[in-house]
Amino acid sequence: MEMKVVNIRIDGKPYEAHEGKSLLDTALSLGLYIPHFCYHPALGSVGACRLCAVKKFRDTNDTRGRIVMSCMEPVVDGLIVSINDPDAKAFRAAVIESLMTNHPHDCPVCDEGGECHLQDMTVMSGHNYRRFDFRKRTHNDQYLGPFISHEMNRCIQCYRCVRFYRDYAGGRDFNVFATHNNVFFGRHEDGTLQNEFSGNLVEVCPTGVFTDKTFREHYTRKWDLSNAPSVCVHCSVGCNIIAGERYDTLRRIMNRYNGAVNGYFICDRGRFGYEFVNGKDRILSPRTRDSRDLEQAEMPADQVFTALEPLFSKDRKIMGIGSPRASLESNYALLRLVGEENFFHGISGKEQSLTRAALQFMQNSGIVVPSLKQVEKADAVIILGEDLTNTAPMMALAVRQAARNIQITEALAKGIPFWNDLPVRELAQDRKSPVYIATPVKDSLDDVAERSFRGTPAGISKLGFNISSVIKRQAIVPGDNDDEIRNLAEQIARTLLKAENPLVIAGITCLDGNVLNAGMSIASSLLSLNKKVMFIPVLPESNSMGLALMPGKSLDDAADTLSVQGTDTLIILENDLFRRADEDTVANMFGKSGRVVVLDYLNNPTARAADILLPATAFAESQGTIVNNEGRAQRYYKVLAAGEGIKESWQWLNQVSGIRSDNVPVSPGHFDDIVASMVTALPVFSAIKEYIPDADFRMLNAKVPRQTFRYSGRTAMNAHRAVSEKRVRQDPDSPLAFSMEGRRESPPSSLVPFYWTPGWNSVQAFYNYIDHPNGSMKGGDPGIRLIRQAERVNSGSFEMITGYFESEGDGWLIVPLYRVFGSEELSSAASSLRQLVDDPAILVNRRDAERLNVDDGDSVRLETSGKRLVVKVKIENSLVSGVAGLTVNLPGMNFVDLPASGEILKI
Amino acid sequence: MERPLTGHIKKGEAPPGFREYYRAGGYNGTIKALKEMTPAGVTSLVKASNLLGRGGAGFPTGVKWSLVPMEGENIFPKYLVCNADEMEPGTFKDRLLLEGNPHQLIAGMIAAAYAIQAGTAYIFLRWAYKKAERELRKAISEAYREGFLGKNILGTGFNLDIHVHTSAGRYICGEETALLNALEGKRGIPRTKPPFPATSGLFGKPTVVNNVETLSWISHIVEKGADWFKGLSLTGTGGTKLYGVSGRVKRPGLWELPLGVTIGEIINEHAGGMHDGYAFRGVLPGGASTDFLVEEHLDVKMDFSTVAAAGSRLGTGTMIVLDDRTCPVAFLQNVEKFYALESCGWCTPCREGLPWVEKMLSAIEDGKGKMEYLDILKFHTSYMGPGHTFCAHAPGAAEPLQSGLRFFHDDFKRHIEEKKCPWK
Repeated sequence: MEMKVVNIRIDGKPYEAHEGKSLLDTALSLGLYIPHFCYHPALGSVGACRLCAVKKFRDTNDTRGRIVMSCMEPVVDGLIVSINDPDAKAFRAAVIESLMTNHPHDCPVCDEGGECHLQDMTVMSGHNYRRFDFRKRTHNDQYLGPFISHEMNRCIQCYRCVRFYRDYAGGRDFNVFATHNNVFFGRHEDGTLQNEFSGNLVEVCPTGVFTDKTFREHYTRKWDLSNAPSVCVHCSVGCNIIAGERYDTLRRIMNRYNGAVNGYFICDRGRFGYEFVNGKDRILSPRTRDSRDLEQAEMPADQVFTALEPLFSKDRKIMGIGSPRASLESNYALLRLVGEENFFHGISGKEQSLTRAALQFMQNSGIVVPSLKQVEKADAVIILGEDLTNTAPMMALAVRQAARNIQITEALAKGIPFWNDLPVRELAQDRKSPVYIATPVKDSLDDVAERSFRGTPAGISKLGFNISSVIKRQAIVPGDNDDEIRNLAEQIARTLLKAENPLVIAGITCLDGNVLNAGMSIASSLLSLNKKVMFIPVLPESNSMGLALMPGKSLDDAADTLSVQGTDTLIILENDLFRRADEDTVANMFGKSGRVVVLDYLNNPTARAADILLPATAFAESQGTIVNNEGRAQRYYKVLAAGEGIKESWQWLNQVSGIRSDNVPVSPGHFDDIVASMVTALPVFSAIKEYIPDADFRMLNAKVPRQTFRYSGRTAMNAHRAVSEKRVRQDPDSPLAFSMEGRRESPPSSLVPFYWTPGWNSVQAFYNYIDHPNGSMKGGDPGIRLIRQAERVNSGSFEMITGYFESEGDGWLIVPLYRVFGSEELSSAASSLRQLVDDPAILVNRRDAERLNVDDGDSVRLETSGKRLVVKVKIENSLVSGVAGLTVNLPGMNFVDLPASGEILKI
Repeated sequence: MERPLTGHIKKGEAPPGFREYYRAGGYNGTIKALKEMTPAGVTSLVKASNLLGRGGAGFPTGVKWSLVPMEGENIFPKYLVCNADEMEPGTFKDRLLLEGNPHQLIAGMIAAAYAIQAGTAYIFLRWAYKKAERELRKAISEAYREGFLGKNILGTGFNLDIHVHTSAGRYICGEETALLNALEGKRGIPRTKPPFPATSGLFGKPTVVNNVETLSWISHIVEKGADWFKGLSLTGTGGTKLYGVSGRVKRPGLWELPLGVTIGEIINEHAGGMHDGYAFRGVLPGGASTDFLVEEHLDVKMDFSTVAAAGSRLGTGTMIVLDDRTCPVAFLQNVEKFYALESCGWCTPCREGLPWVEKMLSAIEDGKGKMEYLDILKFHTSYMGPGHTFCAHAPGAAEPLQSGLRFFHDDFKRHIEEKKCPWK
């Protein structure tokens, strides 16, 4: 949206501002502080708290002026206001005084203290002495589940929580109740918050009503945390996060602003999944066993290389299996060690070919690959086969915002500014920009969908190909197209053609090539009509895209190669193969391998099967680069010290390379050397070296400190062990320092370890790191896109892959269903999140259940692709008849190759 | 003296049915509007009559209607809403019109809906007005039966449905935009203005919200003209007004009188003056959210501009009289308690300011007040003032408080100094 630049005066000084923006937004962009509570850049203005009052003057002759709320005041040419006007200041102090009549006076012992927006605003507004001498109103708190603590007495009724939870994130089980000064924000009864974004209440709440319950388990003041910029590893979206440490444990995850990706928010899996790092499942020391019938035993650290040496000597045949959850650097170190021909991606052939197909389309077609921010700008969306809320939650949140675009357009047409939140919603009511969802089972996004289509992967791809055909005015795809599909295809095609920014989301997690092809076919048809169309895939894991950009064959290929020729040494990088192939296949692979070396941090079945197990670092103890689903390479930095004997995978692999090449000293090496070697070998990654600061980067000769300058206890925190102060940990691999010393002012955006500026102790200090609210980080958002929009080369044509997959005969079609809590490997090892993981279940509709003579909760035996498993039945009426959804990848579940036909038997 | 609004209301008798009211000419204006006039013609007639809104704010009705878009895309559906959520303390004027002559309201609403071309109208009714609800529903079904509601009214092609919606019972729902939220089934909090309901009202569509008394006028004005209407008042503003008096007067009640009669005339002649043994101390002239007027103001004419000039507001025109045997502090405490409880809880000065005010007044009344409370109370009257809050609720509550502090300053001081209420 182009905005006219106009001249305004604030406190006598002239400024240029964008016409139509709110005055508060404008002031914050200019670095002028106006205190506020109810305004949040992502939620817009509602004028409830009255704290952002300023004085507005009619013209230069007006000396009296009048109080207005800066959040509700549109910028117009010639606007004259004063922030420092005595009346405005007095009014703002009075608002704080009002709020303090009911707010507890316990900051020193309140867990929000020190990062409380209310504290900051109180100091900023200048209210000091209490005149109120009556009793405060009190509330009962609620149990809100394992993630969020509730302390209603602290509430200052800014309404941000309910506006975020309901209006922004689409939650239904949270609201504001009662009236006057007794308003209550919570659930209708105690219980776990159901929305997947509930953790953002912690950051949205300007005070301590909603706090991180997992953080309370090992609480630390914000100023006592060491922090590092990090990237979420729990899905393919790559949200930016801040990881906080104290006493060698990971204390919490907070959002890190990235204007192009996650903005102000992250999902609950990303916020609370971190506990696996501190968990009991960690591999803490090297382990080995002499023969496969023995248990692994701990191995002294100084014997590791003695044990590894014979396995990797030059004459040994070695094979390496990489991982979509390991960094580029670790994967590359493995590739370099074993050689390209012996490097296998640790993913199934199906997953690999689907990911690569999506990648090639993104690289060559000339399609626009949107960032998450651009997803929010789409004015028509079609989602094929992807349950976004469970596979890429933040993309679901972005689509939810896209559905509101029509509201903003309609409001602007009536002269209502887009940030004026309530009138925008009142005018548009329930009208939504068109979102079409075609998935096997009901979806949390259905409430914003114009139409939701339920079908088999075959039905979904038929719909997709038909949309594509209608767009290109070609004949409908032959076959048994029923009227519903044809009519819907026509409706969707018309909508996409009408849209200015249509978006196609086609995932690969439903593991059906036709679904992806159908999505790409729609996009390429629009492209062939010169439409500006966006396409984004959802990928299974945090570095799936990075792996796809590397050479290497699939896990199926590895199994085939091994069964034919075997290997002396098989080395597996951060990968639990039992999640990706069936037990027999993996057992065969191990049987054909002389020795199996595994590097990992969680003690999974693959780790337990290793002959030599090397303890690797988790993300918080590592530095690495991962590539998200849009092809954005982003780097995370270490915040935790790795335990004795634990190393980053790339370090282990570097050292093993030393063994392999005889003459190279066995040293862990430098991170930048790995990166340099990688970009030389694989130029597709060259932008990483170019754009992400290397270890030598300095801010005026200083590193960027991970600790705040108020960090306390440095000389005392280890005094129970030794009174001499330990040497500060060194970090030779990054421009960040493990100390308070250094230069903290405006580092490059990818190196911001935490937000703090004088007067801004809360998360809202982000204002000082972004160019304007909802804009980019100063100096540009973190990360670099490795996939550039191609000049129009060839959008290709996408055909059905040899017919549709349907179930055979009378059998069932079993499709994979994902769970936001449980289907992702690492977060499932987090203790709080684990409480929300359901048991594996097979979902069928009521009629089918009756046919099977079973009911909700009954156990059944599922037989599919030669496997038998016993699972509980769950009735889910949105599934079409004959289709059963199996929740997959849950902890303890065996691999099942889906979609597949199968039998369900009552037991 | 003409009493157009209450002429057909007879004490102790059922309201006129459709036939009776129709035969008496009650629907003449409505028929004339629909059959002989253009919508714009009706609006300009009402504008010319200078009918000022009788809900309390006194906004010109015709001007409000003229803000409704009559041409362009996406302007339909449009809505007419009758605000019958009469909850202002001391106010009971709409009740009389609703219970006494619902057809007068319906006749007015049909003409008003025609003027703005609204196809649907709602009567948002105070939950406690059970009798009014019964009478309204009965009258509406009669009007449907007689072809005055529904499709193709009087063969003119104009369609209108009227629905009665009973409120859940919050004072704030009488605020026209909070009313719209409540009517949509949402939380009863006021809306941001602008945009005004004429542009984006009920369900985001062009909407006019008018008071019962206002709408009851429309058919009369259409029938008899703007000049007739203007001639009814003493001040030229236009129309008669329902005036009410409660408090320790001899004959508390409600009267239809020309706009512009004096406060003294209403209290002393119509309400019969103060009860024996009670003396007049002050009056809230237009409901609890208006400033006190005192002895010296008894000659003030009860019209919008004249009461405003005297430092208060005409409001709903229903007065609450304060006598000398009632403690003004307790009186104000009672008033402010009402407003504190009825705050919707949206904006800070109202939600937090009113309870503090009420607590200080209670403390003073209980003999536990401090002199500094008077400063804090005074401070709150501006802190909660117009422009500082999200809607007019707290500024309304501040009106009796600010004038009460001024007129009864000595009474406040005595409470604090004597550490007790002198009336107890």
